[in-house]
Amino acid sequence: MRTLFLAATLALLALTLVYVHRIAVGPTVFDRLLGVSALGTKATIALLLVGGFYDRVDMFVDIALGYALLSFIGSLAAARYFERALDRR
Amino acid sequence: MSVAVGLLLLAGLFFQAVAALGVVRMPDVYTRLHAVSKVETLSVMLTLGAVALSTGLGLTATKVLLVALFLFLANPTSTHAITRAALRLGVRPWQRHPKDAA
Repeated sequence: MRTLFLAATLALLALTLVYVHRIAVGPTVFDRLLGVSALGTKATIALLLVGGFYDRVDMFVDIALGYALLSFIGSLAAARYFERALDRR
Repeated sequence: MSVAVGLLLLAGLFFQAVAALGVVRMPDVYTRLHAVSKVETLSVMLTLGAVALSTGLGLTATKVLLVALFLFLANPTSTHAITRAALRLGVRPWQRHPKDAA
């Protein structure tokens, strides 16, 4: 079971590179925002998988929940910020 | 039990790979958001289902499923906010033949 979670975490981290590339390249700022919000989701999953690896999901699930909340609020705030810039113009 | 966890993890990682493919290959921000939000939400359900199954019944599994429920609601919401901001700020949707359409 441990190796299973380790392999899943490593595969997830490898896929993360795609989103980092999108954040670096992304033609518009919304591509970067998409990359950041997807990375937040992936970090939540990775936290739970690491919790499964150490057999301490009971501890890691709280961290994952806090991270998910913060990442959601962060991406919502960024999207609203760009809309506000439009309204003030 | 272990087999079911492995299958769920594998399915979740497969859909993560599909979402990454969409991020690489899609032509503009709207199609990329389309690929990421839906496919990644499904992947979250499968992966967190695997983690919840591995812990067995109890408080921890309930919390993991609560995280899954939160992401199930939050992921489409933030995607909608980003899409709305992009549309209102005038990012043009991709067209195959822009000159013919104009």
